[in-house]
Amino acid sequence: MLAANSQFLVLLGEAGSRPTPLRGEVTVDLTRTIRYSQHVARRNPDLMSAILRTKKLRVEYVGGEVSKTAKVALHGLDLEVRAGEVFGFLGPNGAGKTTTMNVLLGFVPPTSGSAELFGIDVRQPIARQRIGYLPELTYYYKFLTAEELLRFYAKVFGLTRSESDQRIEKLIGLVELGHAAKRPIKTYSKGMQQRVGLAQALINNPDLLILDEPTSGLDPLGRMKVREIIQRLKNEGKTVFFSSHEMGEVETVCDRVAILHQGELKIEGRVSELVAKYGVANLEQVFLRIVGYQPQEVV
Amino acid sequence: MNTIWALAGVVIKELYRRKDFYVLFFLTALVTLAALSVNFFNDTKIIRYVKDVCLLLIWFSTLIIAIVTAARQIPSEKENRTIFPLLAKPVSRGQVIIGKFLGCWLACGLALVIFYLFFVVVTGIREPQWHLVAYLKSMGLQWMMLAIVIALTLLGSIVFSAVSANATICLIAVIGILFLGEHLNKIALKQGEPVQSITYAIYFCIPHIELFDVRNQIVNNQPLPGLVDCGLASVYAAAYTAALLYGTWLLFRRKSLST
Repeated sequence: MLAANSQFLVLLGEAGSRPTPLRGEVTVDLTRTIRYSQHVARRNPDLMSAILRTKKLRVEYVGGEVSKTAKVALHGLDLEVRAGEVFGFLGPNGAGKTTTMNVLLGFVPPTSGSAELFGIDVRQPIARQRIGYLPELTYYYKFLTAEELLRFYAKVFGLTRSESDQRIEKLIGLVELGHAAKRPIKTYSKGMQQRVGLAQALINNPDLLILDEPTSGLDPLGRMKVREIIQRLKNEGKTVFFSSHEMGEVETVCDRVAILHQGELKIEGRVSELVAKYGVANLEQVFLRIVGYQPQEVV
Repeated sequence: MNTIWALAGVVIKELYRRKDFYVLFFLTALVTLAALSVNFFNDTKIIRYVKDVCLLLIWFSTLIIAIVTAARQIPSEKENRTIFPLLAKPVSRGQVIIGKFLGCWLACGLALVIFYLFFVVVTGIREPQWHLVAYLKSMGLQWMMLAIVIALTLLGSIVFSAVSANATICLIAVIGILFLGEHLNKIALKQGEPVQSITYAIYFCIPHIELFDVRNQIVNNQPLPGLVDCGLASVYAAAYTAALLYGTWLLFRRKSLST
């Protein structure tokens, strides 16, 4: 565990000191991204600190053949996540968390409003050059080995052969899959597949990590490890945006939180400020108050 | 281009790690070798029948490989949800389409090379001459034809949700074009309106993949189209492939994907 953590520190230390060297057209794209970000920042100085931003974001899902009525998943969401913070994105099931993430990752187009990553519209694939995404469940090509999968994603990010070799070796060590790196993913346990997921999310040394319920389905040891990793990423100045139902976890690692309910942003701020504002003991009680939970008497 | 090659590489790995190709190759080899061992009425030209059977099996097998491989690409990405971590990277939907197409096409090319190597060896046993140039032309034309088939199937995979439905419809359409494509204009002549206009429209719209079928010339040792004709056929195939891929992209880029 200690060895893996030190490997992780080495990886982040190396990554934190310089940007990912890329080649070919990706280098051109990255240069264009940086230039474009600088251009946007000059026009809106406050954007420099906001890595993730949504403005009046509205998403409607049109019903099927039978029901033509549109379901509004997000009602004009305004959200801002600043560089270097760990941001908890909370809400009951169906609140619109996943829809927000789907828009940020370019899976779902917004009906109106805008969403930006690093000042670039999320509809541009280049907006995702500097992010890492860990889905709630593991969705990877099961006929590939962990090493092949990481190499595939490294190629997608335009990493050079020698750099991807180096990065893959360190990430495989970090997630403790050295013994199984050359086995097809279909032979892995659920925990091992989650660890491959974590490795792929870090392959490009991202500045922003989007984690969708990262500890869901993990055993206590696995949860602890993910929490440690989030903390270390924060220490390295990375920005983490994650959704979770584990209030204790959110309280432990988050700088700020936002609570969403029925597609609307109900509250946003530091955990300590929210707890003080509502005069309750912890974040869970703030959450229950906001979603209007009324405890019923047990007969 | 890195992304497109990376995506193509995954498709090729998938093909050679699945059993489909090996089963089809084994069956083709088995039937051809069985045909080769039989000697009907001491016919000295029995090799023509062997060539005919072997080429028919190669055509059928590669069509199956192309259609089945292409039909499951996008639906299985959605079903297994591998599309989400993929599109969360700086990958556009257009790159996904082109990468998948290129992977399927290269994988089919690889399969074709193996099938034709077997064909060359089998015919070489019984024939004094090796018609390597003719076989290369035939393989090249078949590979270009497969590009149209793969692009058509990818388009179908966006329209039809079930892999089996898409594969069946594409197979029927391709076999239909192969058998009826060149006769549609003659059929149209005998029809009244509006069937005549509709049949003509179909005749002019469909890709005439039967033009790429030179099996008869190979079997009867007749001269094959020249290099210029082969080049023009390749341009024709490339144009249809590009149009079909463009249509696929137009449909796919608007698809909403929810985790």
